[in-house]
Amino acid sequence: MQKAYNKTGQIQLPELSLVVLMGISGSGKSSFAARHFLPQEIVSSDACRAIVSNDENNQHASHDAFELAQFIVSKRLRNGLLTVIDATNTQEEARKDWVQLARQFHVLPIAIVLNLPEIVCAERNRLRADRNLKKHVLPQQSSQLKRSLRRLKLEGFRQIVELRSTEEVAAVQDIIRTPLYNNKSLVQGPFDIIGDVHGCYDELCELLTELGYQLDKANHRCTAAPVGDDGRQRQVVFLGDLVDRGPDTPSVLKLVMQMVKTGMAWCVPGNHDAKLLKWLKGKDVQLKHGLQQSVEQLLLEPVHFREEIKAFIDGLIGHYVFDGGRLVVAHAGLKAEMQGRGSGAVREFCLYGETTGETDEFGLPVRYNWAAEYKGSALVVYGHTPVPEPQWLNRTIDIDTGCVFGGKLTALRYPEKELVSVTARQVYCEPAKPLHHTTTSLTLQQQEDEVLDIADFTGKRIIETAFHHTVTIREENSIAALEVMSRFAINPKWLLYLPPTMSPSETSRLDDYLEHPAEAFGYFEGVGVEKVVCEEKHMGSRAIVVVGRDEEAVRRTFGISNEGSGVIYTRTGRPYFNDKETEQALLQRLNKALFHSGFYDLFKTDWVCLDCELMPWSAKAQSLIETQYASTGAAAMHALTASLETLQQTALWNGEAQPLINRYQERLQQTNGYIKAYQRYCWSVNRLEDYKLAPFHIMATEGKAWMDKDHEWHMNQIEAVCEADPEILLATPYKVVHISDAEAKQEAIDWWLERTGRGGEGMVVKPFNFVHTGKRGLIQPAIKVRGKEYLRIIYGPEYDSPENLARLKSRGLSAKRALALREFALGMEGLQRFVSGEPLRRVHECAFGVLALESEPVDPRL
Amino acid sequence: MLLTITTTYQPASDISFLFHKHPSKIQEFETTGGKAHVFYPHVSDEQCTIALLLDIDPIGLVRKSSGPAGNEFALEQYVNDRPYVASSLMSAAIAKAFSSAMNGRSKDKPELVEMAMPFRVRLAVLPVRGGEALLRHLFEPLGYTVAVQKHLLNDNVPDWGESRYFTVTLEHTITLQQLLTHLYVLIPVCDNDKHYWIGNQEVEKLLEKGRSWLPAHPARELIAMRYLKHQRRLANEALEVLLKDDAAPEEEEPEAIRQKGRMHTARLEAARDALVQSGVRTVVDLGCGEGKLLRLLLAEKGFEKILGMDISYHALEIAKDKLKLDRLPPRQQERIRLIHGSLTYRDKRIEGFEGATLVEVIEHLDEPRLAALEKVVFQYARPAVVVVTTPNAEYNVKLPMQSKSGMRHADHRFEWTRKQFSKWGERLAAQYGYEVSFRSVGDEDPEVGALSQLAMFKNKTEANDGNNPSATPAD
Repeated sequence: MQKAYNKTGQIQLPELSLVVLMGISGSGKSSFAARHFLPQEIVSSDACRAIVSNDENNQHASHDAFELAQFIVSKRLRNGLLTVIDATNTQEEARKDWVQLARQFHVLPIAIVLNLPEIVCAERNRLRADRNLKKHVLPQQSSQLKRSLRRLKLEGFRQIVELRSTEEVAAVQDIIRTPLYNNKSLVQGPFDIIGDVHGCYDELCELLTELGYQLDKANHRCTAAPVGDDGRQRQVVFLGDLVDRGPDTPSVLKLVMQMVKTGMAWCVPGNHDAKLLKWLKGKDVQLKHGLQQSVEQLLLEPVHFREEIKAFIDGLIGHYVFDGGRLVVAHAGLKAEMQGRGSGAVREFCLYGETTGETDEFGLPVRYNWAAEYKGSALVVYGHTPVPEPQWLNRTIDIDTGCVFGGKLTALRYPEKELVSVTARQVYCEPAKPLHHTTTSLTLQQQEDEVLDIADFTGKRIIETAFHHTVTIREENSIAALEVMSRFAINPKWLLYLPPTMSPSETSRLDDYLEHPAEAFGYFEGVGVEKVVCEEKHMGSRAIVVVGRDEEAVRRTFGISNEGSGVIYTRTGRPYFNDKETEQALLQRLNKALFHSGFYDLFKTDWVCLDCELMPWSAKAQSLIETQYASTGAAAMHALTASLETLQQTALWNGEAQPLINRYQERLQQTNGYIKAYQRYCWSVNRLEDYKLAPFHIMATEGKAWMDKDHEWHMNQIEAVCEADPEILLATPYKVVHISDAEAKQEAIDWWLERTGRGGEGMVVKPFNFVHTGKRGLIQPAIKVRGKEYLRIIYGPEYDSPENLARLKSRGLSAKRALALREFALGMEGLQRFVSGEPLRRVHECAFGVLALESEPVDPRL
Repeated sequence: MLLTITTTYQPASDISFLFHKHPSKIQEFETTGGKAHVFYPHVSDEQCTIALLLDIDPIGLVRKSSGPAGNEFALEQYVNDRPYVASSLMSAAIAKAFSSAMNGRSKDKPELVEMAMPFRVRLAVLPVRGGEALLRHLFEPLGYTVAVQKHLLNDNVPDWGESRYFTVTLEHTITLQQLLTHLYVLIPVCDNDKHYWIGNQEVEKLLEKGRSWLPAHPARELIAMRYLKHQRRLANEALEVLLKDDAAPEEEEPEAIRQKGRMHTARLEAARDALVQSGVRTVVDLGCGEGKLLRLLLAEKGFEKILGMDISYHALEIAKDKLKLDRLPPRQQERIRLIHGSLTYRDKRIEGFEGATLVEVIEHLDEPRLAALEKVVFQYARPAVVVVTTPNAEYNVKLPMQSKSGMRHADHRFEWTRKQFSKWGERLAAQYGYEVSFRSVGDEDPEVGALSQLAMFKNKTEANDGNNPSATPAD
């Protein structure tokens, strides 16, 4: 039995534990709990009985109350919260369930026993009007408690505190919560994390030297660590399996022990280290799997050194959580729900991982692929299983590159995420399974990303974005997105980006206009933007282009084979072209232009994602044009012509018809304008050159999303590419306007009037910088100002009659603008995640989110 | 939007007594969706023409939401032909402008009411779904001479072809009342688009306006259906009343549709039988649609757990309704569940079932996306038995109707020959450790096989367990 408390009246508890109070009725458990813990940390059986039965003493309700308590405790422990059970807990069956629950969530079960004299408790109960215990109850509880005391350790309680008198209870001043040994959140690195060394001392020294550590190799000492960019000293983290198989286990141990002792390094144990410990402790172990080498080498060393090793390994902590929870290291990796927790199961996992119980063709145990299902937010760096090349998979990486088997010894630099390796000098041990045993050319992540899990996308979702806090997707919108995505969208591996919707300018104050550039300038001025770009708005269809230098580049980057050297998709993720041939031919032309303009070299990439407009409109929207736009035009034209003829006939003898004639003449004219407006964007496509592709944003290239560059940069880079193939590629005319420059603004307005007067769709006004955050957060990334004639297509042929315009001018933009911001933030987030090499799940989440948001009801004319 | 009615009855100007409209005035009145003007383009003793010009307010039509329930978040709600065509709005205007004439009243010349007169009607423009043939089919049995002028979608781009709009001229010698009731009913029938009314009182209007001529009209079913906006229940109600003295209307289902229905049932039964024979106890129907197969499965006591999954939330709601899931006894309810899901995403909810069916599902996925479905079903869910059916493309030569794509359904992304299907199936089987067998579903033609084809996959490792898969479905 542990001593109750130290002299200063303190009890120390692990910060994450399940505290089981024990004591007979009247022993003061509830008062004790109330004094030392927060109300929300206490789960009381009396309270639960009251909740399920209105009576906290109702013993018939005990079963339900216990289930409720268990449910609450489970939720709290899952969320990593210390919890206190306030119940008598004198029966072993009751306690067994709590210990079981603690184990399930890998927290430590702690018992605090209030073992007060029965007479004291009886007196207290007598004074309580609401408690009417039968005579036999207290003695029965008492004897149960006495019997239990000895058994607590065996039952699995990791710490037992017994308080034997009211004085002892009163003397407890504080309950100190101590961090778990593995919690090194405050240690931020930078780190150099080194995989399985297995006695390869030469390679270890070489690697450390390469990393900038100064070594006294002969004396197994590290004398100085390199300093990181921020002035902090770098620290080494050893991932375990220091020993066995290799040529010089003692030297490795000496160096590592020295570095750990002097605070230059951290070390977690590996399964080989644990096995060696057993041998050192004199246990009966088989000298197999390389242990025999360690033993032979260590027997040549002095006994006291072996004692030191024993103490060293025995004191190693299974895993560490570093840098505010962003980095986890363990020999065999660690599932999210075990990180920062303590239990036998956690330690086992750290040492051995999990196996499926099967063996593979080489007779080795098949390892359960926990990393494939890993969805935690911390990076997990581990070793244990030799791999030819370290590869990120769902934010985990195995950096055991099999040095002892003739591979490499690898270090991961954190937070840089750079890999540094030295090649093994020789094969020290023949591996049971060839090191280079791969059957596919895809990376681990790409293989894993072949199929996404529906659970990651459906239901209500809250997505963290860098630019706009969080974006919430409602369940009904996810449902719609799932259907569209599944039935129509292209392979999700292509879908790194879906473009946001764009809001029009506020309604014009001018009588004749619904939209006018003045309001767009006004908006940006109002949110503190000094400079904007005005880009001509092309009237085609939005198209996202992803193109690679060749199919090999596509395979390497996207993990896609046999789907061509790129893709062109719509703003809802559908293939733009129905026939693959045209798509690929167009991509080939673009590819050549990118190549000849030197784009690939300049950007050090072999792929690019471009946001574009693809013309003609009729190429994508032909059936819409026929069923809707042309139909309306034909109906209006013929109906109005006939009406006008009839009115004119009437006017021959009835002067009253004249006002109607005037009105119908105007309507006919408006209809002509409408037909002209839509027809301008339709032309037939007979050859490839009839398509025009106008890119306006460079979204991403290898390792980089380009939203940190301003729009002028984007325009210039794109112009250079377009010059290489002007037959198909169209550079977008634009103007840069300083908001304070009235003359420049007027010039831009005149430009707009001139362009739209000639049938142009209009222009898009954007803040000069791609992403602009004002005082009140992210601002609109773009505002469209559409031409007067063009708007007939949107608002109907006769929208500009004064009586119509007056009504149309009352339109609300707030929903549209909020949507545009959320979609923009998601789009940028998805791209950033893609270029940072995050799992597809995380990229798809953003594209899926944009699609879901698009199903929100918003006036489609905006 | 324009209706003119001309008569050469002598004296022609008498017609104004029937219409109750003064020839020298241009009258304006409010009507559903806007205004209407009534005036006389020509008045003489030899010939008289009256015009009804409908002036629909395109913005009011949407804003007042007096229109039909449509998707106000679709652009077509705002740019459409409604202001310019003769539709149910025209019928409403006729009823309002010419109510006396329609009801057979004339204050000053009641003797004209019963008199058949030579009329020429012009409609500009009338949308007709079904084209000139339908137009003639509707008006000619009533004795009209029909002349039409078709309009192109765009006169500058003849390639786009014809629109559905006609300037129509109808000639007949008939009473004005009959003429107006014909127009009242048949204009929306031609249009067959959104009607600006629908409800039980429409049944009565149809009965009232159609009593004298509809029962004998060869297209009466189509007229009732379209007039009542395809609400079969209302349409049947109307027909029953109209035809109560005649024999009950024959359910005239075209042979092709009937065969299609029989075929689908055969496919479902084939899938069910395959599952029953395999001895599985838990089944998931992937792409269950409206639940037709689920109903068959529910009737088999051997299936302890049935899961239906579909990508269409709407279809699932219909399935829930049709299977009366809410009203099943608790034991039955426990057996079946419906989930919204997709076959291109891994889904743990479909894992652990012994049997799975994919009836006419795979052809709805783009071929490159099939790889995802294969993994979802054969690698992750791994049922002991998988039944897949898909159209046999070879049989298409024997089918009369085909969509533009040359496939049976507009949403089919591919249709396979028997050879293509078996190649796919055998590759899958080899890759994922299944045995596969193929068979035809439907009457077999020696040349091109049957309408549909079925593949039965059996998991080799599960098969070794004596057909007693041990996995239980996750809840």
